[in-house]
Amino acid sequence: MAAHRRGRANSIFRPTGRRGRLGEHLSSAAVENPNRRDFLFIATGAVGAVGVGAVAWPLIDQMNPDASTLALASIEVDIGAIAEGQIVTVKWRGGPVFIRHRTKKEIDDAVNTPLSELKDPQTDQQRVKRPEWLIVVGICTHLGCVPLGHEGPYGGWKCPCHGSIYDTSGRIRQGPAPLNLAVPEYAFLSDAKVKIG
Amino acid sequence: MSGNSNYVPKSAFGRWFESRLPIMGLAHSSFVAYPVPRNINYLWAFGAILAFMLAAQIVTGVVLAMHYVPSATLAFASIERIMRDVNYGWLIRYLHTNGASMFFLAVYIHIFRGLYYGSYKAPREVLWVLGVIIYLLMMATAFMGYVLPWGSMSFAGATVITSLFTAIPLVGGGVAHWLWGGYAVGDPTLNRFFSLHYLLPFMIVGVVLLHIWALHVAGQNNPEGVEVKNVERDTVAFTPYATIKDLFALSLFLILYAWFVFYIPNYLLDADNSVVANPLSTPAHIVPEWYLLPFYAILRAIPDKLAGVVALFAAIALLAFVPWLDTSPVKSAKYRPLFRIFFWAFVVCCVGLGYLGSQEVSDATTWAARVLAFGYFAFLIVVLPLLGLIEKTKPMPASIADAVLAKKGGPSAPSAAR
Repeated sequence: MAAHRRGRANSIFRPTGRRGRLGEHLSSAAVENPNRRDFLFIATGAVGAVGVGAVAWPLIDQMNPDASTLALASIEVDIGAIAEGQIVTVKWRGGPVFIRHRTKKEIDDAVNTPLSELKDPQTDQQRVKRPEWLIVVGICTHLGCVPLGHEGPYGGWKCPCHGSIYDTSGRIRQGPAPLNLAVPEYAFLSDAKVKIG
Repeated sequence: MSGNSNYVPKSAFGRWFESRLPIMGLAHSSFVAYPVPRNINYLWAFGAILAFMLAAQIVTGVVLAMHYVPSATLAFASIERIMRDVNYGWLIRYLHTNGASMFFLAVYIHIFRGLYYGSYKAPREVLWVLGVIIYLLMMATAFMGYVLPWGSMSFAGATVITSLFTAIPLVGGGVAHWLWGGYAVGDPTLNRFFSLHYLLPFMIVGVVLLHIWALHVAGQNNPEGVEVKNVERDTVAFTPYATIKDLFALSLFLILYAWFVFYIPNYLLDADNSVVANPLSTPAHIVPEWYLLPFYAILRAIPDKLAGVVALFAAIALLAFVPWLDTSPVKSAKYRPLFRIFFWAFVVCCVGLGYLGSQEVSDATTWAARVLAFGYFAFLIVVLPLLGLIEKTKPMPASIADAVLAKKGGPSAPSAAR
């Protein structure tokens, strides 16, 4: 029945009388001699594809961080009260940032570590603006847990989830994490105030 | 195998309706006249048990959603209110949390039964793949459900699982931000998990219907692994034989379920999840729910982040390829002496990995997990293809009826009774 109908339609819309199935519409003969049906077929398909994309993108993009989340980009922290040796955790962009007031020994340990021992080689100087202050994002670069301070053989951090070990510069030393703890953008506004973000 | 029904409605209305929507005839041919191999054992009851558990989870879940608030500031308190103030809230929530564990217990027995008796082999490959898809959807649903109470373990679990995607080179970080709706797991994450936790069970229902459809096209496998040759001799009617057997097995299973709900409702829950989520600290010892532990152990066993994540997903994805990895034409382990040994070794690997996943990381557990993870993959990638080539299988019975009669030593009644 369908074939019969299509045949009849062909006889109306295609004076050449060529009986084509859908897939044959793009045959060389059709490309050389496009008729109205071929045009409508391709044009409808093209508009359909654009339409699907235009509807799909908002449905996907709505899951990305929204404007109010993006607006919470920076915080100011008073670091005057942080004692030497103390680590303070502050919340930035919904997650933890560690501010560590390092002792002389912790600085020396970090500075004197040869780069050859590091999985993600970075000198301590590249990771701090003032040697006594280490500021890093407190999210393990393995799977996002919050590492525990003053733990592990290097006295830096140890992640409770999968055992990644960081040193006093927040650099990865053992375990599955691939990268050092990230250093956020920050600036010292004064000796007692730092702006993160 | 369906189409054995010659259902004719008794009432005039029934006949009028049937000629317009033949749904009663479909139900009759699927669940009454449907021929069931006469030799299936109680392991075959887990399909029905799983159907019940899915329905139970949906009913209790819909009720919980009437009282739960998907908000980072209110979710934890709303769970407390369900437990303390809502009439029978404690019962409904314990049914739901323990129901998830019972659901997984049943699905693991169901999957291992399928492996042991070769239920994935031709003509049931599509049936098996649909089953793996259901299992994946179940894991996703259970994971998101575990996040909803917004306890500290919920938060850590959500962080670890979504951070798996950061292992993807280049786009991983963007994908994670997209999943979170922020720079970390937070309120937007909780909201979308609630939405999806409500959606996915109904997708499971859809795939389950396909699973049952595929089952009713190929017919059930059976402990002999011999296909039905003569419907009269080899099968019995689904109702009453399988129906009653399934209901009896279900009652026993419900006793176990009720024991958990009424006597040890928090045994499988983690005490850390009774503490509200805190994005600034992670519990000292995080573990996933028991049913995800083997995969967690595989993830931890591998020291490299990307390789660990790939191994985790491969461990699940490989299951879908089992019908083509197994090269042996013999289905049932009953007639495969070597396969039977390796099958139990595989079970030991899975259970062992589960145990190691629950332990704190040490050098010993890491190495043990590596050995067992190797065993897990070796069974699927090496043993299954190889056994088909080298194994000498035992002679199989000519038919299901022959196998049954040889065991009983005489003709038995059920097929005649029909």
